[in-house]
Amino acid sequence: MYPRAFHYHRASSLKEAVTMLSQLGDDAKLLAGGQSLIPLMKLRFANPQHLVDLNFVPGTSYIKEEGGALRFGALTRHAEIENSATAAKIPILHDCAAGIADVQVRNRGTIGGSLAEADPSGDWAVVLITLATEVRCLGKKSERTVRFADFIKDAYTTALAHDELVSEVVVKKPPKGSGGAYIAFKRSAPVYPTASAAVQLTLDGDVCKDAAIALGCVGLTAIKARDAEAALRGQRITDKTIAAAMEAARAAADPQSDMRGSADYKRALVGALVKRAIEIAVRRARGEQVEVGHIYA
Amino acid sequence: MPKKVVKRKRAPKPKPAPEAAITAVPISVKVNGKTHSLTVEPRTLLVELIREKLDLTGTHVGCDTTYCGACTVLMNGAAVKSCTMFAVQADGAELLTVEGLEKDGQLHPIQKAFGDSYGLQCGYCTPGLMLSAFQLLSHNRQPSEKDIRKAIAGNTCRCTGYQNIFKAIQLAAQNVKGV
Ligand SMILES: Cc1cc2nc3c(=O)[nH]c(=O)nc-3n(C[C@H](O)[C@H](O)[C@H](O)COP(=O)(O)OP(=O)(O)OC[C@H]3O[C@@H](n4cnc5c(N)ncnc54)[C@H](O)[C@@H]3O)c2cc1C
Ligand code: FES
Ligand code: FES
Repeated sequence: MYPRAFHYHRASSLKEAVTMLSQLGDDAKLLAGGQSLIPLMKLRFANPQHLVDLNFVPGTSYIKEEGGALRFGALTRHAEIENSATAAKIPILHDCAAGIADVQVRNRGTIGGSLAEADPSGDWAVVLITLATEVRCLGKKSERTVRFADFIKDAYTTALAHDELVSEVVVKKPPKGSGGAYIAFKRSAPVYPTASAAVQLTLDGDVCKDAAIALGCVGLTAIKARDAEAALRGQRITDKTIAAAMEAARAAADPQSDMRGSADYKRALVGALVKRAIEIAVRRARGEQVEVGHIYA
Repeated sequence: MPKKVVKRKRAPKPKPAPEAAITAVPISVKVNGKTHSLTVEPRTLLVELIREKLDLTGTHVGCDTTYCGACTVLMNGAAVKSCTMFAVQADGAELLTVEGLEKDGQLHPIQKAFGDSYGLQCGYCTPGLMLSAFQLLSHNRQPSEKDIRKAIAGNTCRCTGYQNIFKAIQLAAQNVKGV
């Protein structure tokens, strides 16, 4: 399958890429890992006349720990995050990166591209919304910082202007006593999940001081399950509070029936995933090293 | 009485909007140790460059939709699906395709292991699987069962049921020296 013909522009800096976008207008698109854009172009769902390639811009792929936060360059590949000891300091980030598609897609796909694509089934948004995350957006005149909660507006829609790009993703390290986990249910590796759940908790002894719970693939964007969070916050984590959080998460889900499963099925699934993610988050918050992987059908 | 033939004038076709011609882009890629300098149209896929311009047809196209991994090659040591990259993006890169595995008429230990373990039936998926195995073994000489399964999760085989592929990679892990 051949995409429509297009003009190719290779940016040598992010600033230059922004200038190119504003000069070339609406028919121009950025190319990062290409793992969303190229399949769409081959199917001719996306037909940009101009591609601005970011892959040759030096210094855009990095993972740094600075001032209590982890900073990810926009072109950092999922595989680099998966294999990074620095990124693993926030274990839920490793869960996410390691579970995206397969080795080949992770070697190419980038964190910046995933956020900009805002696919309703994308993994990063579900995880990043449970953490204190900021997206640095570079425009023609200046760079601005957007809170992650304000970045994804709707399915495939972000706060980015046409001539703006994601330059960096900044994730604040959670306080002491925190733990998180991200678990997805998938039909196979190279597909998006059927449903997923991200849980990030902070414990004070036996009591849950703070909780963030997000659900993936059961709405047009990642869903913040606020009632499920409230069911845990200020409570001891027991079978009863976990059951309450599961129930609230099921109620918060807004799934569609499709080839991945019926709406009812996904609702049941997301409850079970929330339960497992809470249990692992608690163990991690207590300092235990727990490896998690997604569940495959 | 013969019917009267009415000749209709065809409506003139709308002219396409004038557009700047798409220019081909010069690139240089090292494939299996040999450098090629050529120009490609930007929409040329990497797999097309490999198969059609360089005539290395060991790299296969299965799904053409980033799913099956039949088109897997290594770019700077990393497995990529060459149906989902533009050739221009490989400019300056080193590529390894299945044709580059054999050295001096000797099969690479991964190739030999696939043969010895019957890790294939029709062989369509095999080049991609061997390159995924190559990436794995290049940084993990003692892969666990989980490591192997994870490494080949992006490669679909329609024939074997994977057991012998799995055994082939275990065998190759014992036999490779310095991949
Ligand atoms: C078979 C397959 C399975 C997949 N499975 C999963 C999965 O399980 N989970 C998951 O989360 N994802 C999955 N993906 C998607 C993958 O993670 C993509 O890599 C990701 O969604 C897009 O990142 P990219 O770097 O490839 O972006 P590209 O495809 O290059 O770009 C995507 C969009 O973002 C824009 N863009 C790119 N970079 C920037 C930037 N820095 N600033 C502004 N705009 C930008 C582009 O113009 C384009 O519109 C899968 C993809 C494939 C092909
Ligand atoms: S042909 Fe490229 S992934 Fe199937
Ligand atoms: S051997 Fe036939 S597809 Fe794998």
